[in-house]
Amino acid sequence: METKSKIEPLAQPLKEKILNEINEQVMKCYQCGKCAAGCPLSGEMDYTPNQILRLLQIGDTSCDDEVLRSYGIWLCLTCDTCHSRCPQEVDFPHIMDFLRSESIKRRKVHPKAKEIIAFHRSFLESIEKTGRLHEVGLIASYKLKTFNLLQDVDLAPKMFAKGKLEIFPHRIKGKEAITRIFEKAIKEAKND
Amino acid sequence: MTKIGYFPGCSLNGTAKEYDLSLQAIARFAEVELIELADWNCCGATAAHSLNSTLAVALPARNLAIAESMGFDEILVPCAACYSRLAQARHEIKSDEKYRTKIPQLIEMDIKGTANPITVLDFINKYVLGKLNDNLSNKLNAKFACYYGCLLTRPEHLSTIERREDPLVMEQIVQLAGGVPIDWAFKVECCGAGLSVVRTDIVGKLCAKILDDANSRGADAIVVACPMCHSNLDMRRNEINKNLSDANNIPVIYITQLLGLALGVEPNKLGFDKHFVSTEKFLHKLQKQTMEV
Repeated sequence: METKSKIEPLAQPLKEKILNEINEQVMKCYQCGKCAAGCPLSGEMDYTPNQILRLLQIGDTSCDDEVLRSYGIWLCLTCDTCHSRCPQEVDFPHIMDFLRSESIKRRKVHPKAKEIIAFHRSFLESIEKTGRLHEVGLIASYKLKTFNLLQDVDLAPKMFAKGKLEIFPHRIKGKEAITRIFEKAIKEAKND
Repeated sequence: MTKIGYFPGCSLNGTAKEYDLSLQAIARFAEVELIELADWNCCGATAAHSLNSTLAVALPARNLAIAESMGFDEILVPCAACYSRLAQARHEIKSDEKYRTKIPQLIEMDIKGTANPITVLDFINKYVLGKLNDNLSNKLNAKFACYYGCLLTRPEHLSTIERREDPLVMEQIVQLAGGVPIDWAFKVECCGAGLSVVRTDIVGKLCAKILDDANSRGADAIVVACPMCHSNLDMRRNEINKNLSDANNIPVIYITQLLGLALGVEPNKLGFDKHFVSTEKFLHKLQKQTMEV
């Protein structure tokens, strides 16, 4: 009996998936390094943008693995400086978005990135529940996910005093429609 | 009275109330009625495009579809981050067959991409500047560092701004309002944006460089057009100052607040009391100069 394996076949290099699925060519990069020079977070990353591209160009399993396990893909701010300065017009932030979801799918997320993902998830949960971002709910949910209980306790009282924090969320009328958008989008991502 | 669609986004209802207040004030002056999109939802921000590419298009697309159903061909999106997501969603729907068929099923609404998101700078250029000259009641004789950050100038296919590495559109607005824009090096650098909560240390480092350069060139205030940039530069000042030898007290104001002042609107009606970094000294300086004139 044929069973459908959930494990990604190892044969297809990431660079081919990137070409097929989001139409970006990592092979266009000739390592001028302008992306790394302009990136505001090069100094914080384990691999700089041009190094990530080089690893993808090599395309063997261990290099692809290094990329998906790197912390740098989670630090990228999508500021687009790399893309706007790239002489080969490689849309690196677009590739980073792809690498992040691929890293989650293959369960290769860098341990230090778990907090960043927890924040993104808390953010999306807030939208899924109410249709809009509710900051108090977002921070509470993030704290529970990460046990960073003291995070930003100094900011909250001042924000309340200035009328910048709402205790209760605003629920949009179409929140069921938002829930259905989430269901369909998540289902689609799983089937990819 | 001209009516255009208005997408305030989550920030303008919360952390960026002064942006909403001051934008409404200059819209009233320009005789443009901002009609809030009915039952709008969050654009999905960094979280959606980092985790799920379909969600990243579907969430903003619902807002575009609402604007279309209300008959708008223009939506003012004052948050640069929301603008980027709405404009990118429109771009995907118009250029990619896959999204053109998929998105209406997801959002259960028709969408053609006829409603065009515009930034606050587009709005000011189109509706406000022409009326400014005869109505300037306040001299803004101070030095301003215009800060664009990322998403007003990049990526190229979504930006309406020329000279991406050294844009001048905000400087022109400041000048027409009577202020003195300064030349500086960090106008299109990133503030750290979405890492504000998880890696506040990084935001502190990046913002410290921005504020330090503005300070060393004698700016009296930094002018922004994005609530993300504002909250990082203003509310994170304690974290920022850990990276500087001397505490930096430059206030960060919205371009709409600056125009409001230029038009003689009371500072409290522009939300100047809502800032974390005090704006008092700056406002006092302006007042003194006005009296001297």
